[in-house]
Amino acid sequence: MKVVICIKQVADKDARLKINGAATWIEESELAWAINEADLFALEEGLRLKEKHGGEVVLLSMGPARTQEALRKALAMGADRALHLDDPAFEGSDVATAARIIAKAIARDGFDLALFGVQSDDLGSAQLAPRVAEHLGVPHAAIAMGIAVDAGSGTVTVKRELDAGTLEVVALNLPAVVSVQLGMNEVRYASLKGIMAAKKKPIAAIKAADLGLSAAQVGAAASRTQILKVGFPSAGEKGKAEIFGGPPAQAVAALIEKLRKEAKVL
Amino acid sequence: MGFFDNFLDDEMRLIRDTCKTFAEREIAPFADDWERNGTFPRELYKKAAAAGILGVGFAASVGGSGGGAMQMLMMIEGMMRGRSTGVAVSLGSLGIALPPIIAAGDRALIDRYARPVLAGEMIAALAITEPGAGSDVAGIRTSAHRDGDEYVVNGSKMFITSGVRADLLTTLVRTGDDPHGGVSFLAIETSSPGVQVSRPLEKHGWCASDTAEIFFQNVRVPAANLIGGEGAGFPLLMRNFQSERLALAGYGYVTAELALEEARRYAAERMAFGRPIGKFQTTRHKIVDMATRTVAAKTMVYQVASRLDAGEYCVREVSMAKNVAAETAVSVSYDAVQIFGGLGYMRETFVERLSRDARILPIGGGTQEIMKEIIAKAMGL
Repeated sequence: MKVVICIKQVADKDARLKINGAATWIEESELAWAINEADLFALEEGLRLKEKHGGEVVLLSMGPARTQEALRKALAMGADRALHLDDPAFEGSDVATAARIIAKAIARDGFDLALFGVQSDDLGSAQLAPRVAEHLGVPHAAIAMGIAVDAGSGTVTVKRELDAGTLEVVALNLPAVVSVQLGMNEVRYASLKGIMAAKKKPIAAIKAADLGLSAAQVGAAASRTQILKVGFPSAGEKGKAEIFGGPPAQAVAALIEKLRKEAKVL
Repeated sequence: MGFFDNFLDDEMRLIRDTCKTFAEREIAPFADDWERNGTFPRELYKKAAAAGILGVGFAASVGGSGGGAMQMLMMIEGMMRGRSTGVAVSLGSLGIALPPIIAAGDRALIDRYARPVLAGEMIAALAITEPGAGSDVAGIRTSAHRDGDEYVVNGSKMFITSGVRADLLTTLVRTGDDPHGGVSFLAIETSSPGVQVSRPLEKHGWCASDTAEIFFQNVRVPAANLIGGEGAGFPLLMRNFQSERLALAGYGYVTAELALEEARRYAAERMAFGRPIGKFQTTRHKIVDMATRTVAAKTMVYQVASRLDAGEYCVREVSMAKNVAAETAVSVSYDAVQIFGGLGYMRETFVERLSRDARILPIGGGTQEIMKEIIAKAMGL
């Protein structure tokens, strides 16, 4: 059983974010980085599948050199090896372009099951997993809260989270793509032993050319969407955002008043 | 590039990250209760051992996780995210209790004590200080007289971190009259008849850690539990002090970092005279001074740790770093309380806890004054 886990490196949740000079993204220098939270649950699930069925857990991530830190952590948690889509030409790829690149890399390495976090903490489109599945021409299930593989019949049964606490159970033929919801398992620590062992695990760099992609097929040039402006909602400006201070009871009363009289949603 | 990137590699960051995740999950949610109750569940030792955290700084050949001084600092940075220095130092008491046993290299003692302690199955504490002798280590009076295959131990030890529930005490005893040459280390099991442990001592800070006074009355200890031979106590102790002081320096700059973080957040939120107090120059400059002192202390501790890891002899540097970091912890946490105002005097705030926890740093592991004497001697003054 070969499980590919796609991970993304994002700003650490505790990091103090600043906007960059061009107001097109966050300022990345001196930023603390982490693995996208939902991806950790996907990784944990992949490691459990390997423990149960044997085989291999392969990581895949696209990003600059710093991405290696995220891959090292995931290797320290127990993954076997990593593929690093590391090419300056990939920069500026939107989710559609990223999905094309990642699908190529997954197809090239081979897989039985590809797991993704349901969405990224920074952009949050939740589109990557379904788009990759389409490119690969394999079935896809989103928002998994439970995954069980039947190696004999070559199927995976996925419990999907729906509204109001209900679950949908679907069975997919392998190979398949599944995106994993936050909290579906308890994520293990990268043990100190694992951290030491991770040093020896291979991280293979993959360039656009390795995937048979030209510069025009990747990065900003190939992407139809771009971020025009990034900024914080400014408190105090009318119609934008407001922070209710004071004791909780008073703040809640003020909030309800506003929702009734100004937003007219209550 | 940040201030500290040149000291750190991915492996160090990962160690810090694992310890931080552990602390946020296993300690922080319970820290207030444990601080109030003066203790924490014993199973936490096993959990920390399973993640490999207890073994940082100890070789794999004795059951550790590997790593040196920098890795130990990463562990402290991560574990302090549990918001209780007391829990961190109690879990870490093996960091001062085991090195004499491991340095002496006695395989039988390592297998019997170091391995189970690193596995979280036994709790180890270091017992040096006595009611009548602290910094003046050569003044210890707890005696061990040889009687056949055993030593008979009499005396008492004071302010022993993790002492209330320790299973093993790495105990400094007097085996001869010479002030330095007459001291030795004995591994004493607290289950031995004649060992009596006081109730937990009530402290100013480090409240979640248990601290005890321990009495020995005709305690019979197998001679095989002698660590490194008779009279080997002093050199083992001096060596042990280096890592203990570096660890305390680590707790120092991390305490300052956390206090600074809290103060910065609060200064941006707290309104006075129509604006956040952080917008007043007096607060702004105070925060800048806190940040500058903290960066200076952390840089110094990192530098000394890196040199220790490179195998350099750094007694003067360790002593200086300990004093700088301890003073920084005290002053920055004091300023953080000041920024919090009345709220900073309340038990509910983290800065209040940090300011109490900081106070031991210029005292424990050799006082500020003793550090200065060591530095003076090294400088040839």
